[in-house]
Amino acid sequence: MKFVPKGLLARVWIVCLLAVGGYAAADEGPIRVGILHSLSGTMAISETTLRDVMLMLIEEQNRKGGVLGRRLEPVVVDPASDWPLFAERARELLSVHNVDVVFGCWTSVSRKAVLPVFRELNGILFYPVQYEGEESERNVFYTGAAPNQQAIPAVDYLREVEGVERWVLAGTDYVYPRTTNRILEAYLKQQGVADEDILINYTPFGHSDWQSIVSRIRQFGSRGKRTAVVSTINGDANVPFYRELANQGVRAEDIPVIAFSVGEEELAGINTGPLVGHLAAWNYFQSLQTPENQAFLERWHAFTGDARRTANDPMEAHYIGFNMWVAAVEAAGTTDVDTVIDTLIGIQVPNLSGGMAEMLPNHHITKPVLIGEIQEDGQFFIVDQSEELIPGEAWSSYLPGSRNIIADWRPPISCGNFNTETGTCGGAQ
Amino acid sequence: MVARSDPRRLPRILSTWLASLVLILLGATAFAAAPAGGLTAEQLQRLGERNLQVVETAVADIAASGSPAALEVLRALQDGRLYRREADGVMLVAVRVGGVQLYSDPLASTTGEPLAEAEVTLVRVSNRIRRALSAVIASLSLDSEDPDVRFAAARQFIDSPDSALLEAIETALVDEADDRVRTALEVARAASIASDPGQSEEARSEAVDRLAAAGSSRARRVLLGMFIEEGSELATRRDAAVEVIDRNLARWQQVQNLWFGLSLGSVLLLAAMGLAITFGVMGVINMAHGEMIMIGAYTTFVVQGVLRGISPALAEVSLLIALPVAFLVAGLIGVFIERTVIRRLYSRPLETLLATWGISLILQQLVRTFFGASNQRVETPSWLAGSMEFGQIMITYNRLAILIFALVMLAAVILLLKKTALGLHIRAVTQNRKMAESMGIRSDRVDMLTFGLGSGIAGVAGVALSQIANVSPNLGQGYIIDSFMVIVFGGVGNLFGTLVGAMTLGITTQLVEPSLGAVAAKVLILVFIIIFIQFRPRGLFPQKGRAAE
Repeated sequence: MKFVPKGLLARVWIVCLLAVGGYAAADEGPIRVGILHSLSGTMAISETTLRDVMLMLIEEQNRKGGVLGRRLEPVVVDPASDWPLFAERARELLSVHNVDVVFGCWTSVSRKAVLPVFRELNGILFYPVQYEGEESERNVFYTGAAPNQQAIPAVDYLREVEGVERWVLAGTDYVYPRTTNRILEAYLKQQGVADEDILINYTPFGHSDWQSIVSRIRQFGSRGKRTAVVSTINGDANVPFYRELANQGVRAEDIPVIAFSVGEEELAGINTGPLVGHLAAWNYFQSLQTPENQAFLERWHAFTGDARRTANDPMEAHYIGFNMWVAAVEAAGTTDVDTVIDTLIGIQVPNLSGGMAEMLPNHHITKPVLIGEIQEDGQFFIVDQSEELIPGEAWSSYLPGSRNIIADWRPPISCGNFNTETGTCGGAQ
Repeated sequence: MVARSDPRRLPRILSTWLASLVLILLGATAFAAAPAGGLTAEQLQRLGERNLQVVETAVADIAASGSPAALEVLRALQDGRLYRREADGVMLVAVRVGGVQLYSDPLASTTGEPLAEAEVTLVRVSNRIRRALSAVIASLSLDSEDPDVRFAAARQFIDSPDSALLEAIETALVDEADDRVRTALEVARAASIASDPGQSEEARSEAVDRLAAAGSSRARRVLLGMFIEEGSELATRRDAAVEVIDRNLARWQQVQNLWFGLSLGSVLLLAAMGLAITFGVMGVINMAHGEMIMIGAYTTFVVQGVLRGISPALAEVSLLIALPVAFLVAGLIGVFIERTVIRRLYSRPLETLLATWGISLILQQLVRTFFGASNQRVETPSWLAGSMEFGQIMITYNRLAILIFALVMLAAVILLLKKTALGLHIRAVTQNRKMAESMGIRSDRVDMLTFGLGSGIAGVAGVALSQIANVSPNLGQGYIIDSFMVIVFGGVGNLFGTLVGAMTLGITTQLVEPSLGAVAAKVLILVFIIIFIQFRPRGLFPQKGRAAE
């Protein structure tokens, strides 16, 4: 090819050689960071953006000089929304790519699928999504919300501010909604809500025909007491649900829906008209006016080259998780898994809502709780924010099975399910 | 901000509430000081405060100001059209004229001017403010020209009965000409009398009867919310009235379930119709059928984008334009798939199944690569949004349109198969390929066109389904199993069977769902079909005669 200058190829080679030589000269080469998020399949809608934010954080850290003077190298794999594939890819990350830490998973079932792998190969996983709790693993750090940091405060908000007395707990039929609703039901009953004032409804994944359920909610809400829907409906089924509510004339002022899985990313591609005024409970909203968040958004928009790219709660969780890991590695002076796991407890880093997130002994973190109302532009109008940070509870105190269970990974307990009554580890099944 | 809660922190909550009470009182005195009948810039600016209590009193003040601009401002606030100019904090009402946002100061009588997006910020409202707004807007719009607005106002009065409004309702009733509004106002009057303990026993029980006659769940809510002494005569009357309404509602419930069933059936019919051709008529186990629907939906999205670029006015007809485009796009992709893959596999059904499944994955990932994994926004034209009331049930326009559209499509496909040359050829080839070939029909070409037709119909279904489903790469997967179920149940190769199959499955699902839940309904339907297939393996309307072999 005539148009390639002769010297160019040679120069490229020299640069490559220099680069390789340069890394070889550094201590032990780059630190590898595994990213285990689905880039294809049904979950790609939510998880792709988490890969992007991780790449941004890693690039920024490298510009600051890496960690321990070593460059960070992202290793991205695609588990394709396929749960068994999550376990395979996790194994590949840990044993083939020898990564020092993994950031990944979205659904609970994918997390459960990789748990045995992380236990067996002793890795570190940062899990960024709000989940049902009832778990604490030595190898996993949960940077998303536990039920007491999202579901319970959301219900409290509705009770106190909106004066809600009747409850519809609507969810998709899988583990997260089932467990969350079990906790909420126990909590509401404890608060004196009668059986007849709670309606629990489950729908299959991707449910699209909401006619009769919405009509039932409408009827349930016409008994003279203020009614609200607590929705653990999973991603894709939400839009037809809200659309049916609007079509049947149910307004947010009459029967508000508070959702735990609807965020900015999910709202980005849809007509928000029917959703305006409905609520969501998260620990982060893009509309937060703190300087930390504004700076983060500026970097995020610059990195993606898209000024309209949304930011959401699990992204903040990765932001916190990544910074905690960096801080722990720097404090420990090594990337050795066992040392880092022990060092992580007690690490504090700033979150994006103006507070300090702390890694607790149960591997969950402290978070503020925010309630937002959906606006026409797909953003949230923050109507309530908890005054202090709420520590994440791995085991719910409202469930009979886990009331006496705690998680504490510091010696002497060093256990994820310690029964305080019998004083033994392994108290929960 | 209200303190987060827990019984131990009750004192703190109380103090917050006290603080807010003081604020309300302060707001009230501020109002008393404001010039009567006038609307001040300061009042408007308070709408932009972060403290919701302040905003709430501001709304009440503005409503009470009696200024003609008050309704305009409050409406704008409710619809998200009220902006604050960053430079001087002046509140501006935005109106969209021909795609341009014009901002005008409601207190000055100037015409609107366009402003840059960065110069203004939207005044956001929460549910609490929205509730306050609905109430005051209703009371301000009773004398509106538009009967729909008056009707909405009357509705609002029934929802939140208030004895203070009784006089306004009586006045409005005197010269109300519209029957619909009149009836609503009468119910509203009954509601405010019934829920006012200050009214005489006689007036209240008359009102209870009027509410019972209304028979709606709205009236029921009013009745249940009444303050009544337990055991009094009025209470007995009230209970009887509630019972009357309950019976009425239960009857309508049956009608409603039937309607829901028909609606779900029409969605199934629409989704399955293309498959009725490719699988039913041709016998190709086409796992990529759902993706053809998805491609139709994405075509709608693209067509809408292009039309928006040409002229925003075309948005209303974008769906109609998308229909033929989606037919062509999905049809051509179908022809391409038939030419390259399916043609080679006609005698091997199992391999066809695997190959088309592979194609479906490829198409999904292609769309994901080009359009991204997230949902795409397909606009609903205004003539498809909303609903109408039919007795005590709601009929939404988009569902009604889909029902009609599905039936029209079915009729068109049947006509095409029965009355056109292509239809004749298709039937000839599927019944006896050898014989058709020897009569001079190019069976190869007919195969291609048939598969293209089936795919095109799926594409058209995608246009309609984009109105009720999420337009995402996974759209098709949600329909593929249901589509096969409909075809197998109705009888392979019989379009009438597809209709009956879709409607039966739709209605059964909706009748079972209210009592057993959506998950159980799905399971039951599957079990039912499995058992049904054991006894009638060829479905409801099996092919007869030689075609069946």
